[in-house]
Amino acid sequence: MNEKEKSSSSILRTLGKIALIVAIVIVYAYGLQVTKVDLEKPQEGKRQQQLTNILRGLANPDLFEWKIDRVVAEAPVLIPCDGQTLAAPAPVEGQPTITLSTYCAEPGETITVSGFGWARNEDVFLFFIPYTADKDNEVALKLLDDRVVTDNQGNFTVEAELKNDRLSDKPATIRAVANRKTGMPGPSEALKQTWEKIIETVFLALIATTFGIFLAVPFSFLAARNLMIDVNSTFVKFMASLAVVPIGGYLGYIIFKSLTDLGRSFTGGGEASASALLWSVLPVLGFAVLKGSADGGSKLFATLRRVIISAVITVVVVLALAALANVGRGTGTDLKIETGLTGVIGNFILILSDAILLGMPVLGFVIGFFLISSMAGSVTEMVEDRASEGVVRIVAIVLAAIAGMLWFGVITAVLNWLYQFGDLRYVIIAPAVIGAVLLTGIAIASNPHRIIPTGMFIYYIVRTIMNIFRSIEPLVMVVAFAVWVGIGPFAGVMALGLHTIVALGKLYSEQVENIAVGPIEAVTATGANRLQMIIYAVMPQIVPPYIAFTLYRWDINVRMSTIIGFGGGGGIGFLLSQNINLLKYRQASVNMIAIAIVVASLDYLSAKVREKIT
Amino acid sequence: MLEIKNLSKIYDNTVLALDDVSFEVPQGQFLAVVGLSGSGKSTLLRCINRLIEPTGGQIIWDGVDVTAALPEDLRRIRRRIGMIFQHFNLVQRSPVMTNVLSGRLGYTNPFWSLINRFPKDDVAMALRQLERVGLEEKAYTRADELSGGQQQRVGIARALMQEPAIMLADEPVASLDPVLAHSIMQYLEKLKEENITVICSLHFLDLVQRYADRAVALKDGKVVFDGHPSEIDDKRFEEIYGEEAQRIG
Repeated sequence: MNEKEKSSSSILRTLGKIALIVAIVIVYAYGLQVTKVDLEKPQEGKRQQQLTNILRGLANPDLFEWKIDRVVAEAPVLIPCDGQTLAAPAPVEGQPTITLSTYCAEPGETITVSGFGWARNEDVFLFFIPYTADKDNEVALKLLDDRVVTDNQGNFTVEAELKNDRLSDKPATIRAVANRKTGMPGPSEALKQTWEKIIETVFLALIATTFGIFLAVPFSFLAARNLMIDVNSTFVKFMASLAVVPIGGYLGYIIFKSLTDLGRSFTGGGEASASALLWSVLPVLGFAVLKGSADGGSKLFATLRRVIISAVITVVVVLALAALANVGRGTGTDLKIETGLTGVIGNFILILSDAILLGMPVLGFVIGFFLISSMAGSVTEMVEDRASEGVVRIVAIVLAAIAGMLWFGVITAVLNWLYQFGDLRYVIIAPAVIGAVLLTGIAIASNPHRIIPTGMFIYYIVRTIMNIFRSIEPLVMVVAFAVWVGIGPFAGVMALGLHTIVALGKLYSEQVENIAVGPIEAVTATGANRLQMIIYAVMPQIVPPYIAFTLYRWDINVRMSTIIGFGGGGGIGFLLSQNINLLKYRQASVNMIAIAIVVASLDYLSAKVREKIT
Repeated sequence: MLEIKNLSKIYDNTVLALDDVSFEVPQGQFLAVVGLSGSGKSTLLRCINRLIEPTGGQIIWDGVDVTAALPEDLRRIRRRIGMIFQHFNLVQRSPVMTNVLSGRLGYTNPFWSLINRFPKDDVAMALRQLERVGLEEKAYTRADELSGGQQQRVGIARALMQEPAIMLADEPVASLDPVLAHSIMQYLEKLKEENITVICSLHFLDLVQRYADRAVALKDGKVVFDGHPSEIDDKRFEEIYGEEAQRIG
């Protein structure tokens, strides 16, 4: 490189730097413009006054209040003066008094008011009360705009101008009033409200976190790469699962729903109970027969027997739970109206019963979904093992056609519910046909024994859903929930709970991904099945970090629940937003102090506990 | 009789870990697998119980094709094949007892094992196995409180809970000091009395020559030696480990 080239490249570099600086200046200039930064506004007198009001309010939290004793002294005055002379009021021992320079004055005259026997440096307010026969409806007008402060002896002298109006031939009254704080200070109204709402806030966070954990744990397994990566199946097996799971889920839902209804009718009273009881004898009878039948026999018979026994046990458990929940609903509703602990327990029973009744069909869906999927898996495995290549191919194509039809149909049904294209009976046909054709095509083109990474499919779907929901702040979610279930802490619980599921699911799954693989390998090598492997090799490794992250999340939830009220989610945030909107800054200050105390102490507490367990 | 026929494993379509490996192991033999790190020893052992799926070839055990077994059958095969590991692979936070009992998972009713219930017989058996490895007093200690040698003995007890016919040992003493190494090898040697086949990958030739009935050497995934350990002379050693290798120990 010669000298010339060198210098030209250094000029270029300098030019580049200048361009960069210009670009940065432009970016910031534009940024300031967009964000409407205005350094003159904060200097305006009016705005500074507003700021002062807010800061003074916040600096004087309305924490305590005294009982106020009102001390009053009066003196009569006649306006206009008609020659009568009113007597000065007689002083009472130990009570403050006021005297006037004259008790008979002309309108507009300036008189002198003197006070004796007040407390030292006390604020006294002077009022003018026109004559009225009805003492209850008297009108107190301000005699002076300002308060009067007594001197060191508890006396004061002040001049006041009498108004021109309110003339009467009856004496009016000049009244001096002092408000004295008496006794010990007690909690203010604002403090009481804050206490009530902060308790609500902490429980809101607790309930939301608890709800979140239940769903976050299973999701975290589905979103853990190391657990899902070796969940594979052949193409034909995958198609079989795809084709049957919607049916299995639906059947499970229907069966559990009917069983729940049947179980409820046990305790419904009257004819329904009688017929239901009759029906319930059948499974018990069948169970007895099976239990009595001899052990042994063929392998198929043993399997069949085991399947039937499990089915009967499931049916009986569902029936019993539904019956119990129905009783619980009645009892809960009755107890709920009681006061105190009984009412709280009653409400708890009611909620638990409702949860069982609502949860049963959902559980049925899940069981049906997985049961039929594993059954289809076993059957196709057998077919793959025994049938000829051609048969496997045909099976794969048929299953793919069914799977395509069903899934495109289901997705269309969901979209139709959202977008209301038209009558579902008609709009579903085209997508179902397209789905069937599409998957048939894929099935024809691919090897039925090809390995499909089903685990990774599930992994990506769960991850995507979690990422989408995690990016929506609970403060935004709560708006939707407040519309659904009304403004209040329940909406807050739902919003925070949903966010907790996805956020904890992500954190948990990262913990699963970090576990040592050795124990998994070792437990798998003993011939344990997948679920046993998870219980014995995965669980012991993840329980401590799960607890730590749960506490951490509770901590976050407490912080979030303090503001979720701004979106309609109840808790202290609701009170705070009200106080701010009503310009009650002293009360708002109390709310903020409470938030700070609760957040800081839970922060400390959860850090301590996390330290202990890890 | 365990037959390994033309076994091969290719990782990610590129790395050839096992290349057409074939040999037979009669029941009750103590077989040492030797070779450099990366020669395919671990892959070979893990293909036998299909912790790693082989890409080609067959493993036939007493006439049953292990490589073709369906998941349920594979679990039944696996429970007769014990395995111990270089890093012991215990669940560190669980008590020794739970670790040992987990060797029984292939036999227990899945439902009961989910809530950590094992049959009385299994618990008694676990205590016997712990006694056998001299750790009965540590039954309720957490695994991470044990020393390396003790952890490996728990690993052996766990594998023995499976009542195995084959014991796979993947570098069982590579993380232990020489004194402990011999004590662990002696436990494995004793398995011969119960006619358990031991397939053990080892680094140190003196251990191979002292304990093994037979040695199979792998190099770049190929079998380069198959015979009695005493036949490994300096020339063979160079073939297995490369010319630059120095014989130690």
